[in-house]
Amino acid sequence: MKHTLAVLVENKPGALMRISSLFARRGYNIESLAVGPTERHDVSRVTLRVDCEQHPLEQIEKQMHKLVNVLRVAELEPGESVERELALIKVSAPPERRSELLSMAGAFQARVADLGPEAIVFEVVGSPEEVDSFEELVRPHGVKELVRTGRIGLTRASDRKGIKRHQHILR
Amino acid sequence: MRMTGADAILRALEAEGVEVVFGIPGGAILPTYDAFARGTTVRHVLARHEQGAGHMAEGYARATGKVGVALATSGPGATNLVTPIADAWMDSTPLVCITGQVRTQLIGTDAFQECDIVGVTIPIVKHSWLVQDVRELPGVLKAAFHIARTGRCGPVLVDVPRDVQEAELDFEYPEEPDLPGWHPPKRGHPRQIEAAARAIAAAEKPVLYVGGGVLNGNACAELRELAEVGRLPVITTLMAKGAFPESHELHFGWPGMHGPKWSNWAMNKCDLLVAVGARFDDRVTGKLSAFAPGATVVHLDIDPAEIGKLRRADIPVVGPLPEVLAGIAAELRRLQAEGRKPKTDAWLRQIAEWREEFPLRYSRSGPYLKPQLVLETLRDLTAGRDDVIWTTGVGQHQMWAMQYLVCDRPRSFITSGGLGTMGYGLPAAIGAKAARPEATVICVDGDGCFQMTGQELATAVLEDLPVVVVIVNNGYLGMVQQWQDLFFGQRYSHVHLTHQVPDYAMLAEAYGAAGFTVSSEEELEPALEEALSLGRTAVVDCRVDPHEQCYPMIPAGAAALDLIEAPVDEEVEAR
Repeated sequence: MKHTLAVLVENKPGALMRISSLFARRGYNIESLAVGPTERHDVSRVTLRVDCEQHPLEQIEKQMHKLVNVLRVAELEPGESVERELALIKVSAPPERRSELLSMAGAFQARVADLGPEAIVFEVVGSPEEVDSFEELVRPHGVKELVRTGRIGLTRASDRKGIKRHQHILR
Repeated sequence: MRMTGADAILRALEAEGVEVVFGIPGGAILPTYDAFARGTTVRHVLARHEQGAGHMAEGYARATGKVGVALATSGPGATNLVTPIADAWMDSTPLVCITGQVRTQLIGTDAFQECDIVGVTIPIVKHSWLVQDVRELPGVLKAAFHIARTGRCGPVLVDVPRDVQEAELDFEYPEEPDLPGWHPPKRGHPRQIEAAARAIAAAEKPVLYVGGGVLNGNACAELRELAEVGRLPVITTLMAKGAFPESHELHFGWPGMHGPKWSNWAMNKCDLLVAVGARFDDRVTGKLSAFAPGATVVHLDIDPAEIGKLRRADIPVVGPLPEVLAGIAAELRRLQAEGRKPKTDAWLRQIAEWREEFPLRYSRSGPYLKPQLVLETLRDLTAGRDDVIWTTGVGQHQMWAMQYLVCDRPRSFITSGGLGTMGYGLPAAIGAKAARPEATVICVDGDGCFQMTGQELATAVLEDLPVVVVIVNNGYLGMVQQWQDLFFGQRYSHVHLTHQVPDYAMLAEAYGAAGFTVSSEEELEPALEEALSLGRTAVVDCRVDPHEQCYPMIPAGAAALDLIEAPVDEEVEAR
């Protein structure tokens, strides 16, 4: 069973290393990890996708909570949160294949980030499942390179409890 | 006040009430040592190896409950502290390590004696800091001490580059730490406390499984009250030896790999297991699925992450143990007033019967002095004294010390449990002596252990911190030899140290300590008695049976009921 965790951390040197070291040391599996700034300059947000096959989510959350730089750990529950991911995919695109690829991209609202004589770099943003689907779709054409940001997420705008809790933590 | 970072470190230590620190100077921490020379109320004990300094700080912390402080230079000085830091991490000992670091502009250049000690120690500290601006120093030190001693205790590290020690700041020590992400539990949940009390009131075969958290949490009085109110048998882990008086009628030994049969049977057959500041360590539980299989589990702990880590807790209570234990005792009294009297008498009689039936035993036959007799003699020589602090190394002698010594007071038994650090005993004894100068500090050590940190005899002698070291010298890495004996077909691979090299009595004398050699039962008591009466550092080398094994023993990964007992022969004498 996989879960997504939203973690607010103090923007201090080594904070990310402490989180990754905890996962390595206790053998927790990370599927993806994305870090970036928040609305507060001294707080960063980490979105983690963890595989809880061997270790219960509760243990992982509690261990993370013991890290001094960690301000808050919360699960982004499916249905109550919005999750997105961005991928850049460089696909072989000889001139005779281009139009087919471009129409596929249109269906996924993927942008052409760069166009070369033999390849196209697509930029696709969506739910991780949508990104998976687009990746599968273009794979037969020959994926030369691929990068994904890993998922990021927020609780839904309609989730008042989540917003209030968030503001409380950051005060 | 305007001062250098180095002076700020000392002013912070003074503000924290630190009486003594243990350390060794070196290049990158020189400015701080220069600040010592300018004057401070903090005593500095000069160790001979940073590992020794770290274990001394741990011994100090364990003897007092205060934060231990160790100081070292960058690079090798700092890496030598890694073992004590890991030890403090495993045993939740409050420890602040302050290390020098190379100058800020040299960091990352592979400079002389540079080591990323913050990086090295990340998995084994509660938190750590590399101080890059001298103005951060007071706040960092305030936070360091606060984190080390609040919540579940443990080690922290503050790495201070040399130029930061030399730079000036306007010193003001904060009243409160600025730690937005640090919220140790403040109180146990009242409903959980009530549920725990109800479970205890209903139990017919309960056991209090007491761990080191009771000592760290200063909850020994509350533990005793709960045990007495509920008429609950108390089994203390190695880390909790002394947390509950061992002469008390409700104390029933120690659990785990070398615990006696009666303790392990009680744990195995109980219907309610109340874990108090204990963490279901594999050396206690053996095979987890066979550990207390029929028991409902009440788990009391300050660390929420320990709940359910290894064993599901039916009734968890997270909070400071004094308040949680007192709350349960009060609720239990209330339930008793309603007529729910304790019904544990038959169970207490049962455990006592097991104790009669399966006592600790060993044979006194054969040409050699028996190690168990050394411990029994020490126990008898110190009987009734309330000024004795024991420390140990790790191995067979440690397990015999657990089995045979009687500790009735908290913080009178100091040992390395989780990490199992050979060499812990002597420096920890020196640290305990620095903390409690009026105490008689006795280190029960193994010959292998003593050789790992024996150079600290110089510290004991020259710093006037006299301790008595009793070496249970079997000429082997005894516990390894025991495993080779039992599980590796008696192939004694690289474990023979010999009884004679070094000559520990001569070595002691070379350091200016008193030395004794004991090879027979007749020599034992007089030598120990004299060593204990000298008031100076002494080493008693007790040359014991090289192949005496420590029993009972539950093999690693086995269940409590698979316990191996001491082989029986005609001359076996009961304890």
